[in-house]
Amino acid sequence: MRALRILTATALIACCGVSVTALADTGEVNVYSYRESKLIQPLFDAFTADTGIKVNVISASSGLDQRIKAEGAGSPADVLLTVDIGRIDEAVQAGITQPIQSETVQAIVPAQYRDPNGHWAGISMRARVVYAAKDRVKADAITYEELADPKWKGKICIRSGQHIYNNALFAAYVAKHGEAKAEQWLRGLKANLAQKPSGGDREAARDVAAGKCDLGIGNTYYWALMMNKDPDKKPWAEATRVILPSFEGGGTHVNLSAVLLARHAPNKANGLKLIDWLLGEKAQKMYAEVNYEYPVRAGVAIDPTVASYGPLKPDPLPVAEIAAHRKAASTLVDKVGFDN
Amino acid sequence: MASTIDAAARDRRSVAGRRGRAARRFGLARRSAPLTLASSLAIVAALLVATPVASLLVLAAQPTAEVWSHLIAYVLSTALRDTALLLAGVGAVALLVGGGTAWLVSLYDFPGRRLLLWLLPMPLAIPTYVSAYVYVDLFEPLGLAHRLLTTWLPAQDAVRLLPGLRSLPGAIVLIGGVLYPYVYLSVRATLQHRSAELTEAARVLGAGPWQILRRIALPTVRPAFALGLALVCLETLNDIGASEYLGVRTLTVTIFTIWLNQGSLGGAAQMSCLMLMIVAGLVVLERYGRRRGSVALSAENPRIAARQRLRGLRGGLAAAACGVPPLLGFIVPLAFLAYQSAQRDLLAQAGAGLWRDALATLGFATLATLIALLLGLAAVLAHRWRPTRLQATAEAVAQAGYALPGLVLAIGLLIPVLALDNGLGAVSAMLGWSAPGLVIVSFGAAVVAAYVIRFLAVPTGLIKVGAGRIPRDYDDCAVVAGARPFAMLNRIHLPLLRPAMIGAVIIVFVDCLKELPATLLLRPLNVETLATSIYQYASRGSFEDGALAALLIVLASIGPVAWLTRDAASPSGPA
Repeated sequence: MRALRILTATALIACCGVSVTALADTGEVNVYSYRESKLIQPLFDAFTADTGIKVNVISASSGLDQRIKAEGAGSPADVLLTVDIGRIDEAVQAGITQPIQSETVQAIVPAQYRDPNGHWAGISMRARVVYAAKDRVKADAITYEELADPKWKGKICIRSGQHIYNNALFAAYVAKHGEAKAEQWLRGLKANLAQKPSGGDREAARDVAAGKCDLGIGNTYYWALMMNKDPDKKPWAEATRVILPSFEGGGTHVNLSAVLLARHAPNKANGLKLIDWLLGEKAQKMYAEVNYEYPVRAGVAIDPTVASYGPLKPDPLPVAEIAAHRKAASTLVDKVGFDN
Repeated sequence: MASTIDAAARDRRSVAGRRGRAARRFGLARRSAPLTLASSLAIVAALLVATPVASLLVLAAQPTAEVWSHLIAYVLSTALRDTALLLAGVGAVALLVGGGTAWLVSLYDFPGRRLLLWLLPMPLAIPTYVSAYVYVDLFEPLGLAHRLLTTWLPAQDAVRLLPGLRSLPGAIVLIGGVLYPYVYLSVRATLQHRSAELTEAARVLGAGPWQILRRIALPTVRPAFALGLALVCLETLNDIGASEYLGVRTLTVTIFTIWLNQGSLGGAAQMSCLMLMIVAGLVVLERYGRRRGSVALSAENPRIAARQRLRGLRGGLAAAACGVPPLLGFIVPLAFLAYQSAQRDLLAQAGAGLWRDALATLGFATLATLIALLLGLAAVLAHRWRPTRLQATAEAVAQAGYALPGLVLAIGLLIPVLALDNGLGAVSAMLGWSAPGLVIVSFGAAVVAAYVIRFLAVPTGLIKVGAGRIPRDYDDCAVVAGARPFAMLNRIHLPLLRPAMIGAVIIVFVDCLKELPATLLLRPLNVETLATSIYQYASRGSFEDGALAALLIVLASIGPVAWLTRDAASPSGPA
């Protein structure tokens, strides 16, 4: 079995190449991230250049809270980064966090974007908005409530109602209007869909561009990424324009990427340093430039493409309250058969 | 799927029957090192697989009454229906395509056959979510197909001609189109060494080609079909990326919703147990369905049937029939990835990081493949040499891991692995050693363990099918001739099991390269594999930026697949 011998040799050689995790150390900080590590690597590189503290990262789409929980007191995790309020809630519920004692957080992050008990703080924001067909939609303003209006019958495209971005938007609706009204609204929205929910946010723009629907629902940064970073997808963005919708009597639904401090953080001081640094002007500017997000720190310039959407007026509802209604939103989506 | 071919093995035993038992009484019943080793390894394999299942059961023990009333009222019927339709559809596509192509290349010679031999398993290298992204990109409005159509038609008319890929039928075709190699490889391993005598006897007795197919050929490949089909179904059940993207709400998608949006890990664990039960039910049903269909092989005629040459139109048609599946399942996605990598100049941008990721991927995959192969072989041989109830159970349990969706497996594995890790830490602290940290996780052993558990069913299943085709007479003769088990293993079983082992190595290795959810959650800090690196891009919607990593997965798969299929082309072994 020559094949086996060669396989074994490959295994041995390759295993030597697998790098081994760095353990707790004074000059390091270990980050567990729901945010794609490729996206935040430039930030971490800048942090290391500024402070000399090495950043070790693991990123995943789900389950990191379970991993930290299972790791227990021996967990190397210092800082947890999330991209959605859902994951914030899970981590706090799992009891794997501790309050962030930082004056910077208190001073920089608006109260609505941090935990009253100090367990998490927002770093950057994205808004869930409408990509409207340039040639077919005349309106310049739209409310989330209006999306259920029969005048849009067969004209809306959206991804799965259980996707975390929609889940947060629907949870905000429940928090604002209560479950009964939210159910009615979801039924109305479902009736207005041009097709079964599928694809991602980019497909929403594509379907609008192709004439399948007039309104697509997506996040602010996807549109800017298609417009500026992806020549293939540029026509999709060009056929649409972004309208920042608002809740009646409120503002635009905003989701957070947030930072949490692990309960057993072995490098707590470095973790706090990283959190403060992420809220500094340099990092906040990078968030705005690299990923087209809204910085949470006041006075930091946003990207010109994002600025072209018009001024963002975030809804005043505290994020913690939205998170509390996620489960209700998810069960309502099932109940009205939104994804069927 | 556990022990899908038990029945066949049992029937054969009754044919080899008394002789075999007698031989075992005098020969293998003796204690011997290989036998003990195989038995212990088989039990280790079973325990390994049982660990995450047990931990899942513990999670499932939480009370979750409200979750279930909700599920029963609104979710379960749709999810079960969609899952059933998806499985039936993908299974049918895979059987037809995989079985048909394996049939053609094994029985006939036609132009391009040698090339097709190594192209046919290649779609295995394309992860289902990659295929979904690629084809949606090409065939949705404004994609390549649409642009081509608009040269003749107005844009809106052209839109109507496009297939709606984001749908259940779309998912069936796209997923089936890359999963058929499981059936192909399994059936091919069987057909490669098919005996001429049965067919010839049937022909002499006046049977027509259809009768031969129905009464001789199909029963012979039935275990291989069943195994391939089981792998396809389980792989489909495990899929989440493609299903969600294409808008199909399967049980797996539901499990994630319950866990992540409705905050009930217990409910998700219970749902996973339900899924395991469905899988077990299917296995029982399948075994019941062919309780009387069995093939007893004789050792007397090791003559391999010659391939029939197809010329002219028939040869062309056969080549086309075998060419289209790899074209759609492999070449088109490959070309798409290569084009995107070139257009975006990804190679120039890729630093040392990408090569480190590739090396890590290879390391995990090779190690896991070797361990899985060893454990699978042990489980099958232990049961063959000493068919006790314990070994039968071990063999069956060893195949259960495939039924666990990757992330569910990872969650199930987290608790025991980290408990062990923390235990080691406590012990070393007691001994006064400096704290080693979480060694199992930090050296990547958890990832390898997850791969082995998840893919152990492949070598176990394939080797079992292969071993089923080795006549018992061989074992008996060897024992009577005084061969020790090790010699028997080395000179009879290993050589004859080669096609099965080769198939297993290809599938497990390539599956490991592609594995995403368990790798994401269990890998050490600062370690990326190619699959996780694609995910980094895909999850923010710019999947094309991960094209180079996807291309590397494909390239890493081409090597072993091409090389091993070439090896397998030379026939060896018995009827």
